[in-house]
Amino acid sequence: MNSPFTNGIAAQRLDADALAENFSDLHAPLDGHEAAVAADRCYFCHDAPCITACPTDIDIPLFIRQIATGTPDAAAKTIFDMNILGGMCARVCPTEDLCEQACVRELAEGKPVEIGRLQRFATDTVMAKGVMPFVRAASTGKRISIVGAGPAGLSCAHRLAMLGHEVIVYDALPKAGGLNEFGIAAYKSTNDFAAREVDWLCSIGGIEIKTGMALGADLNIDDLIQDFDAVFLSVGLGGVNALSIDGDDKEGVEDAVSFIRDLRQASDLTALPVGRNVVVIGGGMTAVDAAVQSKLLGAQSVTIAYRRGRDAMSASRYEQDLASSFGVNLMFNAQPKAIHGNGTAAEIELEYTSTKDGKLSGTGETVRLAADQVFSAIGQTLTSDGGLKLDGRKIAVTNTGRTSRDGVWAGGDCASGGDDLTVTAVAEGRDAAIDIHETLMGSN
Amino acid sequence: MADLTTDFLGIKSPNPFWLASAPPTDKEYNVRRAFEAGWGGVVWKTLGSEGPPVVNVNGPRYGVIYGADRRVLGINNIELITDRDLFTNLEEIKRVKADYPDRAIIVSLMVPCEEDAWKAILPLVEDTGADGIELNFGCPHGMAERGMGSAVGQVPEYIEMVTRWCKQYYSKPVIVKLTPNITDIRKPAAAAMRGGADAVSLINTINSITSVNLDTMSPEPSIDGKGTHGGYCGPAVKPIAMSMVSEIARNPETSGLPISGIGGVTTWRDAAEYITLGCGNVQVCTAAMTYGFKIVQEMISGLSQWMDEKGHTSIQDFKGKAIPNTTDWQYLNLNYVAKAVINQDDCISCGRCYAACEDTSHQAILMSDDRVFTVNDDECVACNLCVDVCPVEDCITMVALEPGTIDTRTGKVVQKEYANWTTHPNNPSATAAE
Repeated sequence: MNSPFTNGIAAQRLDADALAENFSDLHAPLDGHEAAVAADRCYFCHDAPCITACPTDIDIPLFIRQIATGTPDAAAKTIFDMNILGGMCARVCPTEDLCEQACVRELAEGKPVEIGRLQRFATDTVMAKGVMPFVRAASTGKRISIVGAGPAGLSCAHRLAMLGHEVIVYDALPKAGGLNEFGIAAYKSTNDFAAREVDWLCSIGGIEIKTGMALGADLNIDDLIQDFDAVFLSVGLGGVNALSIDGDDKEGVEDAVSFIRDLRQASDLTALPVGRNVVVIGGGMTAVDAAVQSKLLGAQSVTIAYRRGRDAMSASRYEQDLASSFGVNLMFNAQPKAIHGNGTAAEIELEYTSTKDGKLSGTGETVRLAADQVFSAIGQTLTSDGGLKLDGRKIAVTNTGRTSRDGVWAGGDCASGGDDLTVTAVAEGRDAAIDIHETLMGSN
Repeated sequence: MADLTTDFLGIKSPNPFWLASAPPTDKEYNVRRAFEAGWGGVVWKTLGSEGPPVVNVNGPRYGVIYGADRRVLGINNIELITDRDLFTNLEEIKRVKADYPDRAIIVSLMVPCEEDAWKAILPLVEDTGADGIELNFGCPHGMAERGMGSAVGQVPEYIEMVTRWCKQYYSKPVIVKLTPNITDIRKPAAAAMRGGADAVSLINTINSITSVNLDTMSPEPSIDGKGTHGGYCGPAVKPIAMSMVSEIARNPETSGLPISGIGGVTTWRDAAEYITLGCGNVQVCTAAMTYGFKIVQEMISGLSQWMDEKGHTSIQDFKGKAIPNTTDWQYLNLNYVAKAVINQDDCISCGRCYAACEDTSHQAILMSDDRVFTVNDDECVACNLCVDVCPVEDCITMVALEPGTIDTRTGKVVQKEYANWTTHPNNPSATAAE
């Protein structure tokens, strides 16, 4: 048995009970009475700002009123109408930046209606019953392929299946779910929720998932266009940006995405190694998730080093404070310069930065932190563009997901426009599905 | 500090907060606890005639209406009068009164409408030393089916007759408790007065079914699958009760008749409102049944603070002060013109005023693309709905137009002079203004 003070990268820093406690549900679900009280705080605003703030346009006041009046199943239907992954979004949405930020009670009292937790209450109620509240329309005879079984792909697949189409969803990884399954912190999706949600979503019928099929390797656009009536690409951003500094090849330097994925797939957390002194480079949710989970695995010291100021961090202030509450150090205006150590990382050298006229530059002053494990979380990249026109580093799409090629739509993180959020991906998948349907059925 | 001492019909109590005749005052144990908690008086739970006492149901007696967070807004009950032996009650009353001479104890009574029945019980009550009696002509359930309670209260002649008997066979004050389950409360009040009543108390509970169980199709509270109407009380009934109190206070025939106000008194403010409408004191039940006897402490401190702030040294200072301002619709000033004004600093942009006005009223609130809500004076009739539905206190207010300014809705100049419907040109029976 090791401890947080064990040097190097080691497993079993905490015992199994402590780990189970650390990785339990971060925010416990509301019980019936709590939900009723929370729901009663909603003012049922006219043309509510929370709806506008929701990328999937869920009718939030309506579903909350449905909870308040004792009909959570109806509430869930209202949510799923717009967002079939409403269960996961209730867990991972940065509600503090979206619906709850827009809530008039946030403005009035600094205490918004707990929209996210109420959404979870409603969606959990229906999903626990195993009820799929939608039925498929009569078969259209159309077949659509989707590449990427993440939030965008699953959302698109469900809507197309509901409209009567046959859908085949390919995914490069061995399990469906995308970032829901591999990319978010374990304590946000406990009890295998992501996998259960995929099964539930597919229970509408008409969706076939084929794993281990990657675009560019096992699949190519031309064949898909040939074999299907339409193609939807939701391949995400499979590549990770490298640190590209001296010493980045040393043992102990890893990408945060892999760490999070391994943690999510681990069957025994006591077998998962983590450093004594962990430094995470980056400023997004991946950085926060990697840092917090390192701490929860038993790392003694965890620091997030971000090259710009706090306000520029893409992780919300809420998430920053959450990380701080677990004991993660937040270090701003510091960029990685080099990693030192004899074959194995021992220290990271950081250089302070300043921003002048919007341009970031190093000040020349450096600092060294003990670091036996360094996670890089400085962004992800598209690995295969399928030969489509790009907008910057993503596939260029219209607001309904049309790409430069007829018959090919795209959405989610791989496509241009929108934030890289689960909820945004769901909206893009849904809207592309509707456009595909209208295109194929001749009403557009 | 304000003096809360109350003299009601010559009955002194340290404050105007009495517990109404109801479950909380059914026995010595409860009443002693109430007095220890600070209640100024109690009306002992209604006694019936000598003999085998009434029986109550053995299932639920109460139904409820909830507000947010299971806040009790209204309770209905199907409990009858005391189901304990008459003499047990009388002995307890005597003991408690002896121990608490400074508190008011009134004995509520309900016996058949026969002179002998009253003649029999009144000397027994007199012997307890209690300060007075209250005639229960109000309970709308159970006992009414046997010709008592509200069955008496709904027939003014019976009220007058029984009251007269009580004045004849009992030496202390007689309070007549009225049922609200009638069309015109002034009639039973006047009948009580004719019979010699020293005061009326109102309201008793209102006929009600609080809810229906949608699984069993039974009204609640349900006794083995069947329910019956019960008596409704609590905060929900206060507006009805206050209107009835004001009717009696304003009626020339009963003007000056002492009133004990009952119905949804939950805070000091409710009590103060009842007193401004002419009540000499108030009686409380549901609030105590919801929160326990301790709430009287807030009522005492709250009323005391408000009286100090307003410079009232005694209850008499503000008793009945709202009666002159309670009038008939026909005498309201039709030349008074107000408009809603939204304070943009306080507005949280929920849009409830807009939805209410646009969908259900006068389309007098405008909404901009960036959710700024403003009043269109050209359409605003000052109905007050926006004020009522706004979740922010004092964000929307009604502001009177100065005489001489133009009401842009009507295009007319606001007149300084008072003018009401009785002289309005649209009134076919208008009399010429003098």
